[in-house]
Amino acid sequence: MAAPMLRWCCPGRRFAFARVGCGSCQRRGPPTGSTSNGKRGQSSVAQQPHITAQKPRKGEPEWAAVVGLEIHAQIASNSKLFSGSQVCFAAPPNSLVSFFDASLPGTLPVLNRRCVEAAVMTGLALDCHINRKSLFDRKHYFYADLPAGYQITQQRLPIAVNGSLAYSVYVGRKPSQMVTRTVRVKQIQLEQDSGKSLHDGLRSQTLIDLNRAGIGLLELVLEPDMSCGEEAATAVRELQLILQALGTSQANMAEGQLRVDANISVHRPGEPLGIRTEVKNLNSARFLAKAIDYEIQRQINELENGGEILNETRSFDFKLGCTVPMRDKEGKQDYRFMPEPNLPPLLLYDSGSLPSGADPQQVINIDQLRERLPELPRVTRQRLVQQYGMLPEHSCVLLNEVGLLEFFQNVVKETRAEPKKVTSWVLNTFLGFLKQQNLAVSESPVTPSALAELLDLLDRKAISAPAAKQVFEELWRNEGKTPAQIVAEKKLELLQDPEALEQLCRSTLEAHPDVVMDLKRGNPRAINKLIGLVRKATLGRADPTAIKEVLERQLSS
Amino acid sequence: MLGRTLRETLRINMKKEIPALMKPTFVWGRRHSVSVALKQGQITPTELCQRCLSLIKKTKFLNAYITVSEEVALKQAEESEKRYKKGHSLGDLDGIPIAVKDNFSTSGIETTCASNMLKGYVPPYNATVVQKLLDQGALLMGKTNLDEFAMGSGSTDGIFGPVKNPWSYSKQYREKRKQNSHSENEDSNWLITGGSSGGSAAAVSAFTCFAALGSDTGGSTRNPAAHCGVVGLKPSYGLVSRHGLIPLVNSMDVPGILTRCVDDAATVLGVLAGHDPKDSTTIQDPVKPFTLPSLTDVSKLCIGIPKEYLTPELSSEVQSLWSKAANLFESEGAKVTEVSLPHTSYSIVCYHVLCTSEVASNMARFDGLEYGHRCDSDVSTEAMYAATRREGFNDVVRGRILSGNFFLLKENYENYFVKAQKVRRLIANDFVNVFNSGVDVLLTPTTLSEAVPYTEFIKEDNRTRSAQDDIFTQAVNMAVCDQQLLTVAKWFEKQVQFPVIQLQELMDDCLSVFENEKLASVSLK
Repeated sequence: MAAPMLRWCCPGRRFAFARVGCGSCQRRGPPTGSTSNGKRGQSSVAQQPHITAQKPRKGEPEWAAVVGLEIHAQIASNSKLFSGSQVCFAAPPNSLVSFFDASLPGTLPVLNRRCVEAAVMTGLALDCHINRKSLFDRKHYFYADLPAGYQITQQRLPIAVNGSLAYSVYVGRKPSQMVTRTVRVKQIQLEQDSGKSLHDGLRSQTLIDLNRAGIGLLELVLEPDMSCGEEAATAVRELQLILQALGTSQANMAEGQLRVDANISVHRPGEPLGIRTEVKNLNSARFLAKAIDYEIQRQINELENGGEILNETRSFDFKLGCTVPMRDKEGKQDYRFMPEPNLPPLLLYDSGSLPSGADPQQVINIDQLRERLPELPRVTRQRLVQQYGMLPEHSCVLLNEVGLLEFFQNVVKETRAEPKKVTSWVLNTFLGFLKQQNLAVSESPVTPSALAELLDLLDRKAISAPAAKQVFEELWRNEGKTPAQIVAEKKLELLQDPEALEQLCRSTLEAHPDVVMDLKRGNPRAINKLIGLVRKATLGRADPTAIKEVLERQLSS
Repeated sequence: MLGRTLRETLRINMKKEIPALMKPTFVWGRRHSVSVALKQGQITPTELCQRCLSLIKKTKFLNAYITVSEEVALKQAEESEKRYKKGHSLGDLDGIPIAVKDNFSTSGIETTCASNMLKGYVPPYNATVVQKLLDQGALLMGKTNLDEFAMGSGSTDGIFGPVKNPWSYSKQYREKRKQNSHSENEDSNWLITGGSSGGSAAAVSAFTCFAALGSDTGGSTRNPAAHCGVVGLKPSYGLVSRHGLIPLVNSMDVPGILTRCVDDAATVLGVLAGHDPKDSTTIQDPVKPFTLPSLTDVSKLCIGIPKEYLTPELSSEVQSLWSKAANLFESEGAKVTEVSLPHTSYSIVCYHVLCTSEVASNMARFDGLEYGHRCDSDVSTEAMYAATRREGFNDVVRGRILSGNFFLLKENYENYFVKAQKVRRLIANDFVNVFNSGVDVLLTPTTLSEAVPYTEFIKEDNRTRSAQDDIFTQAVNMAVCDQQLLTVAKWFEKQVQFPVIQLQELMDDCLSVFENEKLASVSLK
């Protein structure tokens, strides 16, 4: 796996004690489950050529990489940040554009309460200080998909500051060696999304779609507390889970609801930070990790070969697996920030400062929002470990796959089987089938009820474990049969007649005197062979433990 | 001349609202308000509308209107007439012809800002103030001329040419000129209206409508009102919605009201004022429609005379009228006291920085993509932007964009923009301090001198002129004053008995349409 190969990425002061197993989060996956574990393993291996090049020179300390992130999360709201236009993914072009979104002269912004609440809730979930007063600013630049010529954002005084985001990474090879790391959240600001430019190279035209223009964004600035792609990807994944739990963003990277830019630099520990580059266009967690690791290595190679790092913006070419400089014709931008004069300061209150007689529609009470916060992923995982006695890494997997936790909980609710049994079936069998066919939990042909029923049959020893696997396969074919029907049709129920089992055991012993001799000579594995033979004779319908019991009794008599 | 010039130079900032007592009127004839005439059926909205339309045609040479919305107005008049017939009039504004400055969005009616950039632009929505007037049954006669994007103080710098002051053609002005000079070319001696709402001021002054909307950022409503002898009201910032007003400086723009008497201004303000969910900077508290009481006793009033406004540039005529006005108050028992607004001298330079910065920002949207002018060049998006903006904006607009962007540059922001904001706060505090010291009303001139001929006006460039002309009006735009009230103005109006513009020679044949009610007799009933 990737752990030993990536050791260079965390040799700095903070991680001198451990080699962060950056590749070991293989349970993390894109929300749609579009990539199998196997594929991901290969992608790590593909990085090897870069990684082998960074052996430290004699006498010089190793390179330390510093990674910070700027994350844009589209707020899940019915309407846009400053206009009443609907928010909807994949609507026909320019069908969701208000006069304000198209920047018709004379239109004014009106702040969407829901977006403010989403920002406050996100801030609270990330332990931020919520500013009781925040301000809006205009950030100017000319771009075809920015109709007003400026974006309304919060540059001077954002809505939330000074938070933190904790995430778990695996150290070493054992999955149980998880440590919690923390990245500081510098600030969360509300801002407008831009429209989309569609370049038609053939006709050398640019087409503009303003459906996205003006949708509310949360910009989250994560301090450069990370040191490799895997850490960054894991932090982003954790943030994604938090946003989804809060319902403040759907945070689907593939649909552009979560967009990540990474700031990357390398330096020798103890020396000042190096010049950083910014890598943009990272639309999946996997590419994020790859791009960061590539960029770190590129910078190290550049410096070791006597080159220098330019403060530039680069984009990740996922086909080539490398970062390339972005063509930036305008050179250095001066955004000419200015206060947004059409929006008064955004004031927030707590129960203590709430003005008496205030219209509840016009004020936002932070304390009320805090009470409404749902269970956060970190707490959910702890609860799973405590409540069901599962391993921490299993709780991670349950949360990381969209819908898997809900599926699991529904099965637990409906079955008499032990939660541990459910965990094992959901994480091994069920998830395995999903991965094999690249399906999301919601696309599963097996319902929680069906699995619960199957586990019930297993629990009361109506079928054997191998038979249960067979039933599961049948269920997966989705022919509308219940587990009980499948068991009946395929005659998979366990041999309940002790006399019949006795009979079968006896005839097996008689038919294989050589194995019996082998056993008596002291080969302990011979008993397993006999058990196997009996199971075969029962067509897998007998419990191996029971067979063993009968065989041992018959042999010793 | 005394009366006219007095009104020309009077500006009153009022401190608190005085409860409503008296019914407002739209002045039409000597004895009748036009709204009473409409209610009593002495004239129908359609007749009234047609008379105003014919006056608009008659005074076309004033260049007050950019667009005359004849069809719309007649249709609205028809609707209004139906309501009057049923006895369901919508109120005092039902059937009253109004005009709107061409920087307010009007649904389905071209809105140009007197700029090539927006020539041909037809907005799909009404500005809140326009909608409110239409909801009251007012008739929209047309869109009035202005300086391009309201940047100017003469109404001379728009693509449709300058607006001529109706007083240039008055009996009074002709007589005055006869006395002073003998051989001047009459045509080149017409007076400017002031600006930038010169079209609205001229439209009201020439009787083509009963009220008009202007906008006021540094004095753009009050200045032309003064020069055209009409009432110009700049409501306090936040009292009236800016939604649909194409912005000059968002943090200072206020829709202005131009009428022929103070009561009318109060009526229009009553309709326009109040919270607008589409403009977050409007006041939250509901505003009740108010009417003005007739003040009989001014002895409890304290009138402040800001000493800083006595500048060397002030013409001797305006200065003497100013003191006459102050004496009038004093003689009627009001307390007249000198006050200080110590930061007045910084006001213009401070305004320049803040104004150009916001202009640079507000004008960024005019890129030729979504609406408005677009150049023919399609070399690249950037080239298209550049050519579009070069062709679309005049020098004044481009100059302000340039300086605004300079002030907003990262390296300049602290030194210019932030400093100007601080000075703005000091200026605002000047006003707060004065009003807290017991002063009810400030009495100041509006302009340095009376309206000047166009030929003289254009000797200076737009920037210099704006700086000069906005000197008295501009500071209050940066100060948040209490709601401006008109009661004192009404009293003053009554005391002074302003003369009425005499345009008979100009519009002889028009007089008959007013059923022997002489236009000249338009005054308070």
